[in-house]
Amino acid sequence: MDLYEYQARDMFEKHGVPVLPGIVAETPAEARAAAEQLGGVVVVKAQVKVGGRGKAGGVKVAKTPDEAEAHAAAILGMDIKGHTVHRVMIAAGASIAEEFYFSVLLDRAERRYLAMCSVEGGMEIEQLAVERPDALARVAVDPIVGIDEAKAYEIVDAARFPAQLRDQVAGVIQKLWTVYAEEDATLVEVNPLVRTEDGSIVALDGKVTLDANADFRHPDHEALEDKAAADPLEAKAKGLGLNYVKLDGSVGIIGNGAGLVMSTLDVVAYAGESFGGQKPANFLDIGGGASAAVMANGLDVILNDPQVKSVFVNVFGGITSCIEVANGIVGALATLGDEASKPLVVRLDGNAVEEGRAILAAADHPLVTIVETMDGAAAKAAELAAAAA
Amino acid sequence: MAIFLTAQSKVIVQGMTGSEGMKHTTRMLASGTQIVGGVNPRKAGTEVAFDVDGAERIVPVYGTVAEAIEATGADVSVVFVPPAFTKDAVIEAVDAGMPLVVIITEGVPVDDTAQFFTYAQSKGTRLIGPNCPGLITPGQSNVGITPASITGPGRIGLVSKSGTLTYQMLFELRDLGFTTAVGIGGDPIVGTTHIDCLEAFENDPDTEAIVMIGEIGGDAEERAAAYIKEHVTKPVVGYVAGFEAPEGKTMGHAGAIVSGSAGTAQAKKEALEAAGVRVGKTPSETARLMREILTGA
Repeated sequence: MDLYEYQARDMFEKHGVPVLPGIVAETPAEARAAAEQLGGVVVVKAQVKVGGRGKAGGVKVAKTPDEAEAHAAAILGMDIKGHTVHRVMIAAGASIAEEFYFSVLLDRAERRYLAMCSVEGGMEIEQLAVERPDALARVAVDPIVGIDEAKAYEIVDAARFPAQLRDQVAGVIQKLWTVYAEEDATLVEVNPLVRTEDGSIVALDGKVTLDANADFRHPDHEALEDKAAADPLEAKAKGLGLNYVKLDGSVGIIGNGAGLVMSTLDVVAYAGESFGGQKPANFLDIGGGASAAVMANGLDVILNDPQVKSVFVNVFGGITSCIEVANGIVGALATLGDEASKPLVVRLDGNAVEEGRAILAAADHPLVTIVETMDGAAAKAAELAAAAA
Repeated sequence: MAIFLTAQSKVIVQGMTGSEGMKHTTRMLASGTQIVGGVNPRKAGTEVAFDVDGAERIVPVYGTVAEAIEATGADVSVVFVPPAFTKDAVIEAVDAGMPLVVIITEGVPVDDTAQFFTYAQSKGTRLIGPNCPGLITPGQSNVGITPASITGPGRIGLVSKSGTLTYQMLFELRDLGFTTAVGIGGDPIVGTTHIDCLEAFENDPDTEAIVMIGEIGGDAEERAAAYIKEHVTKPVVGYVAGFEAPEGKTMGHAGAIVSGSAGTAQAKKEALEAAGVRVGKTPSETARLMREILTGA
């Protein structure tokens, strides 16, 4: 899960990383009140989980509470790269002397962590990495040792910080490591890390990604989730414990196993090229060993998507038994009764495939078509979606 | 021959007495795996009876991995313990000197994996997984949750991030058969990579050709492509899942995410093709490409 900037700021503060005061606001009136509370010059910053908000006009300096209110009115509701702005952060202004960059993240290929640091902050790091690779220090971090004092100085020196800033920056980097380690983050990025005119080192903007697998040991992380921004079908599926991602096409997809379901999306899109460009409507993985009830829940989510014109159920029974899948389909259709109106193409293979197919054949539901191969079933589902469009 | 796992492998199960452990131990026994023990400190000294196709099979329970190794000579451990306890279980196995630890558990925090992987590497233990189906050497041994009955022994080596796509491929090419199929898992950090398996298959005299299945996220496939170009002489057929995956969404597997322009299926496919790997558009087409290579048909 990616955090909003204001959430990252709060998390930094909790772990002793120096930050500026900031107050989140959802209305122009709240923005004005926040500006009054902070006093002086403030910055009104759009809270979106996407880069490039400054260029899009989502960051404005306000000299007075009036200006803060006006900027908030303009920024709230703005669309930045497909993300609607629902909140702004009113941050205290700072007189910036220098901008730096720091991040620590998961290095998948090396299977450890990587710290990146530069005395040339402010610009997009991808751009810096390409244009001035020598200016970006990359330092490997042992996951067991972490960023201790010695490692923090190694990073600071690799980035060629001047001697008078070494101690201060190394101290902040160790605090940022605390955020990474104690919150189970997979990314902590500060861009820019600044030196203010009065000589403080401050994290002016922060990006944090948390590892969802570690949620069980961070009960407080649930409150960071932006439930209002989630797609309603995705929220419903999550409530049912299903792994679901909403997409834009017309063929609803249910399968078992992340790889097979991803592959099913691709095979449907490929087959759909012959039927006016039909595309998958979603990703839905019912997981290993799914019961008939899980299968029925999955169908319920998909059939409630108005964009869905046909459904492709693609199961390779490893642990999952095709008997459970077939019973889930038959049961869900019986529950829905006349409400069920979308055609289902079913492809079963593997564990108990003959029994599963027999259950579907015996039910002989008019909406269900059994196709033996994955490619053939994808083509059939795309054809039915095109016919219903 | 095979890679990492043979009929001689002696396997213990960490988490055998839990419900997943019980279910899959039964299945592993049924597919011929030499299961020599389970580990559970609270049930040390007891025995568990498994009903394997009507026959009773007794498996002893040891208090620690070290005791299990001493009593049985086990050289493989398979881990079914819940995510919160996986790190301790793996570290225990590494400390006991276990050469191969296969971690089936899904949902392990990546920081735990990063730490136990680093530790295992320093002690010379090979890890497979986490979040994987395990590995199977058909006709000899099966460690993990792969349904053994869908395939048979033969000449193909398989390495895959995905469990169900592994099953699909094992099934489609069951007549040609497999030396070993390794499900390396879909987490951001995995103990054994595509490259590790490619190297082992290249060196395995019985493996004639290799199927490599990848998916979005990270750059393991691109790295594997570079490795194939330099080091692999055997024919490799590839498949990559996730062309339709939107940016920034995790697709089921914790590691399956396209970040910006990085980790896309298209980039992986292009890298593999540039290395001379034939890449199928669907799993079935991938199986057909492999069939062509091995049979000319």
